[in-house]
Amino acid sequence: MTQAITAHERDAVPEVTRLATGERGGAPGITSEADRPPDPQELRDDQVDGPELTARLAKTWGTEKGLIGALSTVDHKVIGRRFIVTAIIFLFLGGLSAVVMRLQLAQPENNLVGPDLYNQLFTMHGVTMMFLFGVPIGEAFAVYLVPLMVGTRNIGFPRLNAFSYYVYLFGGLMIWVAFMRNIGPDVGWFAYVPLSGPEFSPGKRADVWAQMITFTEVSGIAIAISTVVTAFKLRAPGMTLDRIPLFVWAELVNSFVIIFALPAVVTASAFLLMDRLIGTHIFNPAEGGDALLYQHLFWFFGHPEVYIIFLPATGWVSAIVVTFARRQVFGYIPLVLSLIATGFLSFGLWVHHMFTTGLPQLGASFFTASSMLIAIPNGIQIFCWIATLWDGRPVFRAPLLFVIGFFFIFVAGGLSGIMLASVPLDTQVHDTFFVVAHFHYVLIGGNVFPLIGAIYYWFPKFTGRMMSERLGKWHFGLAFIGFNVAFFPMHITGLMGMPRRVYTYMPEMGWANLNMISTIGAVLFFGSFLLFLHNIVASARRGALAGPNPWNAGTLEWAAASPPMPQNFDRIPVVTNREPLWAHRDTLPVVAGLSVENREQIVSTVTAGRADLRETTPEPSIWPFLTAIATTILFIGSMFTPWAFVWGTPPLALALIGWFWPKPSTEDEK
Amino acid sequence: MKRLVPLLLIVTLALAGCQGWQSALDAHGPAAHTLANMFWIFVAVLGTVWFLTMAALLLALRRRRPVDADPLVTDPGTEKRMTMTISVAIGLTLVTVITFTGLSYAAQKVLYSHKDGALTLLVTGQQWWWEVTYEDEQPSRVFTTANEIHIPVGEPVLIKLEASDVIHSFWIPNLTGKMDAIPGRQNQIQIQADRPGLYRGQCAEFCGLQHAHMGIVVIADTREDFERWRDHQVSSAIAPNDPERQRGMEIFLSRPCIMCHQVRGTDAGGKVAPDLTHVGSRRTIGAGTLTTTRGNIAAWIVDPHGVKPGVNMPTIQLEPDEVQPLASYLEGLK
Amino acid sequence: MKVYLVLPLVAFALAACEREDREYRANPMTAESQEKIALVPLSAGPSGPTEYRSGLGKEYEENAFHISQGQRFYTWFNCNGCHANGGGGSGPALMDDRWIYGGQIENIVQTIREGRPNGMPSFRRKIPDDQIWEIAAYVRSMGRNVPKAAAPGRKDDMSPGPAEQRRPPGQVIDGGQVPPSAQMPQ
Repeated sequence: MTQAITAHERDAVPEVTRLATGERGGAPGITSEADRPPDPQELRDDQVDGPELTARLAKTWGTEKGLIGALSTVDHKVIGRRFIVTAIIFLFLGGLSAVVMRLQLAQPENNLVGPDLYNQLFTMHGVTMMFLFGVPIGEAFAVYLVPLMVGTRNIGFPRLNAFSYYVYLFGGLMIWVAFMRNIGPDVGWFAYVPLSGPEFSPGKRADVWAQMITFTEVSGIAIAISTVVTAFKLRAPGMTLDRIPLFVWAELVNSFVIIFALPAVVTASAFLLMDRLIGTHIFNPAEGGDALLYQHLFWFFGHPEVYIIFLPATGWVSAIVVTFARRQVFGYIPLVLSLIATGFLSFGLWVHHMFTTGLPQLGASFFTASSMLIAIPNGIQIFCWIATLWDGRPVFRAPLLFVIGFFFIFVAGGLSGIMLASVPLDTQVHDTFFVVAHFHYVLIGGNVFPLIGAIYYWFPKFTGRMMSERLGKWHFGLAFIGFNVAFFPMHITGLMGMPRRVYTYMPEMGWANLNMISTIGAVLFFGSFLLFLHNIVASARRGALAGPNPWNAGTLEWAAASPPMPQNFDRIPVVTNREPLWAHRDTLPVVAGLSVENREQIVSTVTAGRADLRETTPEPSIWPFLTAIATTILFIGSMFTPWAFVWGTPPLALALIGWFWPKPSTEDEK
Repeated sequence: MKRLVPLLLIVTLALAGCQGWQSALDAHGPAAHTLANMFWIFVAVLGTVWFLTMAALLLALRRRRPVDADPLVTDPGTEKRMTMTISVAIGLTLVTVITFTGLSYAAQKVLYSHKDGALTLLVTGQQWWWEVTYEDEQPSRVFTTANEIHIPVGEPVLIKLEASDVIHSFWIPNLTGKMDAIPGRQNQIQIQADRPGLYRGQCAEFCGLQHAHMGIVVIADTREDFERWRDHQVSSAIAPNDPERQRGMEIFLSRPCIMCHQVRGTDAGGKVAPDLTHVGSRRTIGAGTLTTTRGNIAAWIVDPHGVKPGVNMPTIQLEPDEVQPLASYLEGLK
Repeated sequence: MKVYLVLPLVAFALAACEREDREYRANPMTAESQEKIALVPLSAGPSGPTEYRSGLGKEYEENAFHISQGQRFYTWFNCNGCHANGGGGSGPALMDDRWIYGGQIENIVQTIREGRPNGMPSFRRKIPDDQIWEIAAYVRSMGRNVPKAAAPGRKDDMSPGPAEQRRPPGQVIDGGQVPPSAQMPQ
């Protein structure tokens, strides 16, 4: 599979392939709308060429101006851009709350914030980073990049995609407004019962947490489904399963993990809401419920969650390593298989968050074995990337620097994870700052560093301008040093006995110096992000123009203009290699025959990636936005009264009816 | 070379971390010793793995190929060598992982094989203090205290863990790992100290506002000292004989104190807050928040929320001249 | 133009929600709160009885944290010994509409503080003033005389009935009967 493509093979594909016009070999008598031969009157993209084709397609696929147009758009790039920006704003909010916490902990018995605000702060930090940044950022990149990388014009289910963005936005706004109004949850991002239950969490704080989960999970599952459909059914002709870019594979596996993991936490938070609002006793031991049940449900989601955050990052790393090593990836098949293995294994580890709850010992030790076993697929990935760099010609630009930072930090975090996987060792370090250090090494190393690399890498694609390389290097240096200064000492504070989630500690505990170092590092780390912000804003205005392929990369998104036109590609490319732009340096082979006047896409077969059907994808619509509003009213109302399900459903039903109202397809109108 | 400086700094810091009265690496019991040794084995092996991986990465980052090389052209020989290397590395990882799992399981066996001990305690986690009940076959020798555990040196002590409100976690790092106290369940853990001393612990599961101030102290004594202490704890409070303390007792008994606190031998019979029968003999008040001195007791009574905001101890109205006698009385409850 | 629309929204967002305030440090300097409350709307002369409310009542009975603290103290101080879970026993029921000595929070504070004939002891100086207010707020929640969003949910105990927040909003009818069990032996 990893053999070089010969010059002969490169030439074997004709420059323009025409799509068959209707003589599709189906069983006789069974015809569907999609099998109908295309209307000969309709303008097709093999009849026009050049700038006229571009302009006409841009009109067909474009987003209308004005507020209504902006809210109706179904363009995956517009939605994806909003998604990425929103997630990064939440990253900054989460980071800000972390800085306040670090300042409080800088000195023993500090009085900057009291316990009540501190508890809200660390809950908001965790919730924001996990649910409003960590999960969405991976999905946001999928929304923007997967359709481009597989060579299609829009994401599968574009309206569902638009809906999921608004639901996510409203959920995030709800919890932050609640926090500003002193209704911020104060029970931790995990909200263990009974502390988050009705007796010990009066008021609406825990309800806000639980309902925010519902928002983000509805949104998360919806995008995951769109991503799976895009990756399976909308690939460009010729993109067989083994030619799918690794980034798309990562997002695909990630989407499946999301689809299977998130229902568990929705169950947990819905049960919690029921206990709190309508007086069920699901988690009440006195009435036959069980407090530990909650932890099982939560961590059955909570551990895959870590991989939901990490898997997209493997996609970013793969893309950056390949481009900047100037070599096709080493070990494509092992990399894909280890992604899939990680996805499966991630569901077998959740009990290692509960080793100190007194579970049966033999059972717990099985989870030690499975937790350690995940080192194997992750090891394969790390080794394959190193091998790619080894045999390549590394070009040290900012994206690669952040990926190198990722290697240093993530591998360290993964190795301290091996300690946590061991039941006996875990009893000492569980719920201490050692764990805080560990998962920040894993999550910041495994997600944030690759993310920043990815932003430096794809920024030219998003905006058409390059980011400043000089600032990028400063940013990397500051972030790398700041991060390690902030988080390495936490390993030691944890071993010295400092538990997590304490708002202060006493001077005689001897943790003061280490905490001060951590705070200084945290401030540095946050400062590096301000530099990053400056770089983004300045480069978006004045950066050097990028052109379609500034990095000379190999995957399809670089064949589109920067920023891409609404239609992504004037003609859909034909894929003959895993790195199409490297295989065809001058002109990419394309297919023609799609409508110019309709939003027509190629639907291809799942494994072979053969063009199978021609299908129109939905027009822009305001209904997804209205549905999201109705959903928000229902969700927020149901925090206050179960009757919200009665009066909240009709508006939602109306919005959905509007959304799904059968329209005569534009083809039929002609 | 530049990396070496911070590295040295880090190592020095790490060694400093071994000391401490609440440190997991400063082991003073057999279980903690097992865990600390295991920790260092893991650190050594995993540290080596990290250094080897990073060395491989740094070597890999050297440029070898010519600038204009076709990124799609690969050398089958190199590919084969890299496959072999990675296979070996993965094989070694697998061996490490399996060894660690075995090691971990063996240590787990040691940690949780509870030996028969002479002493059984029931520790109940509450927001935000620990109630400690010394169990005994004779009902008259059962007594309750708070936030302080005395144990005889060199003997395994079984601790039954319960929680009365939310989940707490009992953790004495110098002696052994932690175990959660969960409402509706009972967990067990065994502690044993090698030599006399004072070991601090703290609640390790987030339990609300004052999770940060939920400490507990374990004091390991010789068997004789321990027996003396226990005999004293079983007894009721001694009535004060000087006038100031007598006045303090009157104030105590006529004020909200008795709604929650118990002092055996008096009318104070509250059961929802720490038993104060021998509060003066304990090292700390407020669950490890303040040392027990007359001044601290007075400060605690006058403004508990200044010390521990949100604690269930209320601010009570006292005349200025009532504080001192009350504090003296409580301090005298040795 | 848009700024003017956004500003009130931001102001709304930034205003703290009093219902969620956790005020645990009662002012130690103030003595017990003074409220003048009439038990009946009758008085000599043309005007009604003079009343003075400090406004403390609203602060307590609309705050979820205070009510929840009151719920805890209600058990800790053994109120359920006589009043059970509000249904009454040797003491009158607290979850119904009938209030012998007035059902406003100020009345209940007074009842707890001063005691009442036929068995209700005085808790003056036994329970600190702020806790009396919290207990009274909880007692008000038993008959759902507090906002629904502030009323407590179920407890982690055996459940004697629907939680306070699930009860229909109640009303206060002054002048109830002392239950026979609570009457002095004749």
